[in-house]
Amino acid sequence: MTVFFRKIGRGVLTIFQETGAVVVLLYQIVTSVRYALRDKNLVLSQMFRTGFESLPLVSVVSVFTGAVASWQAAYQFRGIISLDFLGAAVSAAIFIELSPVLTGLVIAGRVGASIAAELGTMKVTEQIDALETLAIDPVRYLASPRFAAGWITLPILVIYSYLISHMGAYTVANALLGVSTSTFFNSVQQHFAVYDVIAGLVKALVFGGGTALIGCSIGLRASGGAEGVGQATIKAFVYSSAFILIGDYILALMLF
Amino acid sequence: MIEIQKLYKSFNGKKVLRGVDLLIPAGKTFIIVGGSGCGKTVLLRSIIGLNKPDSGQIMVDGEDVAKMSRKDLFYVRKKFGMLFQGAALFDSMTVEENLGLALKEHTDLSQDKIRRRIEEKLELVGLPGIEKKKPAELSGGMKKRVGSARAIIMSPEYVLFDEPTTGLDPIMADNINQLIIKTNQELKITSVVVTHDMASAFKIGNRIAMLLDGKIVFEGTPSKFKKSLDPLVQQFVEGRADSILAM
Repeated sequence: MTVFFRKIGRGVLTIFQETGAVVVLLYQIVTSVRYALRDKNLVLSQMFRTGFESLPLVSVVSVFTGAVASWQAAYQFRGIISLDFLGAAVSAAIFIELSPVLTGLVIAGRVGASIAAELGTMKVTEQIDALETLAIDPVRYLASPRFAAGWITLPILVIYSYLISHMGAYTVANALLGVSTSTFFNSVQQHFAVYDVIAGLVKALVFGGGTALIGCSIGLRASGGAEGVGQATIKAFVYSSAFILIGDYILALMLF
Repeated sequence: MIEIQKLYKSFNGKKVLRGVDLLIPAGKTFIIVGGSGCGKTVLLRSIIGLNKPDSGQIMVDGEDVAKMSRKDLFYVRKKFGMLFQGAALFDSMTVEENLGLALKEHTDLSQDKIRRRIEEKLELVGLPGIEKKKPAELSGGMKKRVGSARAIIMSPEYVLFDEPTTGLDPIMADNINQLIIKTNQELKITSVVVTHDMASAFKIGNRIAMLLDGKIVFEGTPSKFKKSLDPLVQQFVEGRADSILAM
């Protein structure tokens, strides 16, 4: 029993330590925001890596998310609601929940983990220390551009995901469920709410910045050689995913 | 001049530095020797503020590095260059980008002047024409020489060398020694070299200090070091594994 409580205590302590480290890093990033213009090329190159290089994965995830959402919704509607409302139901789910959360999780896996691996490798091979000795602040030079890129890029990817998910949803509705093009898109249009889109983008802002921040925080504190870098990578993905899912719940309570 | 007084540092309860007192005069090549794990690298990293000491003073030109804010530390670091044991080159950058980074960050030099400065330093370390290579394409010795070029690119007052010849063949090790002597003479810098390579220490050093169990047990000229009757020093000079220093 004592061992059980000790494990819980250690777990709670770890959560506080990690949260504290992330908050401290966020403060350091915010205080170095004055260099943002000077470092615009660093931000742009990170945006390219975070955004453009994620497009294929986001496309695949989005098209199937829309497709499965359409199919599942039709199954749940059966005998209760007319399929004329399928477009509206699927569209609202895509705007509010599916695109921001699933794109966020894709970025957590692809970008958050790769940031932790990259910075972790730099840490264990003394490249971060080398930056320090060159009088270059690693937070300003490495973490800030990655945070800014995550923060800016995820909403853009989510807008892209909105489009692709709708295409997937429409294809299934039209080709497999017999919903006509006009019925599907009229339904989407009639129940469209700008607030839903904005709420989804607010979630994307939080998830994008948070994922990059967690990746940077864990990477910059990595230790213990290749094994340490591996652990940092896994930790970054797990923590980012947990952050997105818990954050999604909290944001849902606040926004709706 | 660097003056270290009563420097203490421990990691997870293990005392590494136990009251180090050291005076590193300006313009000289100062060697710190000692067995593996005796705290040489920790001492070197403390000088440039990479390790925060538990207590004690590290005065660099009259300013205490140990008590500096992070912002002030970045200012003082502009006086330093450092060669890491594994060179620590930025592996995502080319040699040119590695060398040019500090110049781009801290100076208003034009691209052309930066390129010329890089060429000049690569010439100095005997590696002209490798600007476009990535660190992964370089041998261990070449990495160390590029690391040295990066350390002196800003024309610092102090250069710290962490085990510059470790892992190199004798010829390459001697190349690095020549390089340290050359940079010291040509650029009039103060070099602090941490090593356990006694041949290098005697070749390049103006003064030698020996660190043992976290304390300085000897400090003087290389000839005095050689002639020292202290059994600890003798054992280290002769490279004997028996008796006192057996670790």
